[in-house]
Amino acid sequence: MKEVKCECGHVNPHGTVLCESCGISLIEEKAQGKLHDMRYEGSARRSQTYNKTIIDKIWNFFSSVKVGVWLIVVTLIASALGTILPQEMYIPTIMTPAEYYEDQYGWFGKLYYQLGFHNLYSSWWYLVLIASIGVSLVICSIDRVVPLYRALKTQRVTRHESFLKRQRLFGITDAQTVDETFEKVKENLKGKRYKIREEDGNILAEKGRFSRWGPYVNHCGLIIFLIGGMLRFVPGMYIDDMVWIREGETKLIPETDGQYYLENKEFTLEVYDKEKDNKAFSEAIENAGMVAKNYQSDVILYKKVDDSVAGEEAKLEEVKEYDIRVNEPLKFEGFALYQTEYKLDELSSMSFNLVKKSDNEPLGNLKIDLNEPEKKYDLGNGYSVEIMSYFPDFEFNDDGEPRTKSRVPNNPAFVFKMLTPDKPDGEISFVAIQQTVEPFGDNEYQMKFAGIETKDVSGLTVRKDSTLWFFAVGGFIFMFGVAQGAYWNHRRIWIRRKDNEIWVSGHTNKNWHGLKREIGMILDGSGIQEPKDQLQDE
Amino acid sequence: MKKQRLIIRTVILLVLGAAVIYTLYANFTKDDNPEIEVGKKAPDFVLTDLNGEKYRLSDFEGKGVLLNFWATWCPPCEREMPYLEQQYQNYNDEGIQVLTVNVGEATVTVKEFIDRHKLTFPVLNDKNQEVLTAYGVDPLPITFLIDKDGIIKKIHKGEIINEAVIADMAKEIKP
Amino acid sequence: MANLSSNLLLVAFILYLVAIPFFGGAIRQKKGLEEKKSFEKWAKIGITITIIGFLSQLGFFITRWIVGGHAPLSNMFEYTAFFGMCLVLAFILIYFLYKTSVLGLFVLPIALLVIAYASMFPRDISPLIPALQSYWLQIHVSTVALGEAILAVSFGSGLIYLVKAIDQSKRSKSTTWLEVIMYSFVAIIGFVVITSGFALSDYKATYNYIDKNDAAATLEYSMPALVGPHEWELVNKGDFEPLVEVPAIINAKKLNTVIWSLGAGLVLYILIRLIIRKRIGALLQPLTKNINLDLVDEISYRSVLIGFPVFTLGGLVFAMIWAQIAWTRFWGWDPKEVWALITWLFYAAFLHLRLAKGWHGEKSAWLAVIGFAIIMFNLIAVNLVLAGLHSYAGS
Repeated sequence: MKEVKCECGHVNPHGTVLCESCGISLIEEKAQGKLHDMRYEGSARRSQTYNKTIIDKIWNFFSSVKVGVWLIVVTLIASALGTILPQEMYIPTIMTPAEYYEDQYGWFGKLYYQLGFHNLYSSWWYLVLIASIGVSLVICSIDRVVPLYRALKTQRVTRHESFLKRQRLFGITDAQTVDETFEKVKENLKGKRYKIREEDGNILAEKGRFSRWGPYVNHCGLIIFLIGGMLRFVPGMYIDDMVWIREGETKLIPETDGQYYLENKEFTLEVYDKEKDNKAFSEAIENAGMVAKNYQSDVILYKKVDDSVAGEEAKLEEVKEYDIRVNEPLKFEGFALYQTEYKLDELSSMSFNLVKKSDNEPLGNLKIDLNEPEKKYDLGNGYSVEIMSYFPDFEFNDDGEPRTKSRVPNNPAFVFKMLTPDKPDGEISFVAIQQTVEPFGDNEYQMKFAGIETKDVSGLTVRKDSTLWFFAVGGFIFMFGVAQGAYWNHRRIWIRRKDNEIWVSGHTNKNWHGLKREIGMILDGSGIQEPKDQLQDE
Repeated sequence: MKKQRLIIRTVILLVLGAAVIYTLYANFTKDDNPEIEVGKKAPDFVLTDLNGEKYRLSDFEGKGVLLNFWATWCPPCEREMPYLEQQYQNYNDEGIQVLTVNVGEATVTVKEFIDRHKLTFPVLNDKNQEVLTAYGVDPLPITFLIDKDGIIKKIHKGEIINEAVIADMAKEIKP
Repeated sequence: MANLSSNLLLVAFILYLVAIPFFGGAIRQKKGLEEKKSFEKWAKIGITITIIGFLSQLGFFITRWIVGGHAPLSNMFEYTAFFGMCLVLAFILIYFLYKTSVLGLFVLPIALLVIAYASMFPRDISPLIPALQSYWLQIHVSTVALGEAILAVSFGSGLIYLVKAIDQSKRSKSTTWLEVIMYSFVAIIGFVVITSGFALSDYKATYNYIDKNDAAATLEYSMPALVGPHEWELVNKGDFEPLVEVPAIINAKKLNTVIWSLGAGLVLYILIRLIIRKRIGALLQPLTKNINLDLVDEISYRSVLIGFPVFTLGGLVFAMIWAQIAWTRFWGWDPKEVWALITWLFYAAFLHLRLAKGWHGEKSAWLAVIGFAIIMFNLIAVNLVLAGLHSYAGS
């Protein structure tokens, strides 16, 4: 590869368009327009100069902004596709996703499911898209920041006439009317916080070069952010679990390696009250019917202090008491417990009276703990009740036999054997909610329903996310870089003597209006004419 | 110069490529519970059976352990019970202990189930679901094969459909 | 106080409306020194009225905050009205940067449309559900609104660019698309007119129908039902009978409103065309006669540069922080989140095209239009149709 030596003596890397030092055009004049293309200072973008090996070809592919923009646009469209129907994680679990999409959205839903759009954001091709954007970010940045840095570092004060002439802001003033030392101008430039460099009486005033690095800084932030996303897949970095705890219950918190326990003292659901709450809400409450005000679990966090293993009674020490509410998770050791779900009024116990059908006289009362019923309840005076079978979540199976669907007492049913002095062998009775079956004919005795007790259940999300720091740092750097690039401008003003003339050129990476105003103020009273905007002459 | 540039580019592309491939790979082999896998030590536990007798997993070191999790409301669990029961005695002679863990149902319910299926092997009841949590059990049934050193040798997810399956599993953990 | 609050909004609305003709007057002539002075006077009056209007709307915002006890940013009406206010604020700021009256002529009507549109939604002061009870509500929502408003100014100046630059002497793709933009403004007017019209006449019709869970439900329409719900049945015999019935997954009432609005918009648009006998774009073109294309292009670009970081901060960064606190995870691919990402990606592409590919002028103006369309889609369609976790925003 040949390096290019400029007539000013500076040696430029191959592919340079404008000499890094004096700014003269190194390519044929014809290829240049009326104005210089100042993007990347006309420096050599390396990618475009070597294209031999497969590595170079891949490199060049990702180094192209055009490819980068296409990747962004394709990702954008793909993301939009995923919002047409709800994603799998947001559909109810009443049926399989395949059935659900077809049932709810017909042929379109079926197609959507078959194309895999129900889980679009974790599909391999979406990940590949995001990853390609990441690769493009790295390569584009490396490919541009190095030559840009070189060019800005090497730039000379005295620029070639052709360079000045081809700046968007350019003007010539007759030197006789001007104070040759530019004292006033320099003072004004300093007042505007320009850094001034001089050479042979020529001036280069520059400020805000810092803003040129904004894009590369924000790309760094994005890359750190993406690394955070990648780390999420490393085992143990990200935990997403759930624990359901009944009121009064103490339970092991999953994923804490058996170290932490949580007691649920009470769950509260509050709704807004038209009378008691802010009167301004009354109409809205009326229209909406019911508006939730608070979901809250009052809990105590315990830490295990002995060496007990799972299943063994552990010695617990209270760590803290806390009221978990929405927006107020309980945090400990990198974990956070969130109030996400609840179940009101789960049955906890049921009471029955044993009565003789003929006179309805209660012969004894039993209260059954629905999570752990006794085998036998002695009611005294020779009366007792035995539980033959217990179905906490009762249903009939396909064969018409009673069974339970789960261990949760959603719909308890019992097979009781009632032992009484006059029926010492006992009478069998099947009792479910609002239902009594006497499989062996009419009984003389009956278990009469006498009330229930309920408890609320809190559903808490157990979350640990050790990758958050990457996202926070990446996000911060990104914001910093974006602000750096967007809210500062890189401005340069060249003032050059040429024979009997003063040439002034101005360049900024954005906000030309601002630069023009500023140049106006700087040149005010110096006798130098404001440079013209050559774009607006057209 | 030129060569150096090629090397730098190659290295950067390799690093980026490796990161992408790792992410894709990890995304498709997402494991919910990294603590529980073949080759790792089985978490120790203590549970009582319905007669109040305590069982501690680590007490069985030196023997192979077949650890099965089940519930009365799980039909495949119910179907595999006879195979476990038939083989229970044989295994015991071969130095393999069968332990089954119920998911913490009411004692009455479990007792009735045991009586109905005439089960003789130890049935432990995980009342607080602590062992279930430790083993990341979901869904049922699931069977862990633990060797004489307490190392998990095999995890069988789902129903044991015949005796041959058990026989194969037993081979792995015979001391 | 609640009454005072709504009156202040009305006052603001009227003041914005009054300010527009002054900006119109300001751009009329620009020749001669004397006339230049009078032109400045017009502009000065215009911007003063706009600022008073803005203060009045700020008063509406603050009084409503005091009455409700929380920042009025929690539903469609409150957010959209606030967005309109930010748009005016962004205009005021840009006006002082560039002193372009013509911007007022385009941005203020957009702000008016936005506020009018907002007023069509229920205006009750509603209590906050638990997920919204956080100081992040103010921080997140107000930053998003401000960011989107600044980006909307870019649309405003992009529009000015297009109105001026597009050749109206013959029909082309550009003139057609410009008319599509004009039609969508007219359709919003249509929506406002039709909604207020039926509200004034107190139209109500109730239908029993079968919802998507196969359960019986009722819907109360406030416009005659062109589109009826799934297996509809009239509650009061004699009410208007729907012409078409839609499947249960489609919200028939909203679809009906959309059809009415588009229809009313079309009627209005055709009327306008019949009266003015040319394209709306051509009607507006003379207003932009004195404007410098390069300057509006720069305003459009700068608005994106200023608005993009603000939007990122509010719509992504603050959004993620709050989502981590309220919803246990900072990102969950909820439709609203995804559309914020889409907006962000779009403007990122915009900036890259402009910086690296040199898309200036007309191309850039069209991009500003598309960007605004995405923002509006996120505000209107995502809230009302795709809903998701941000569903409270849809009422």
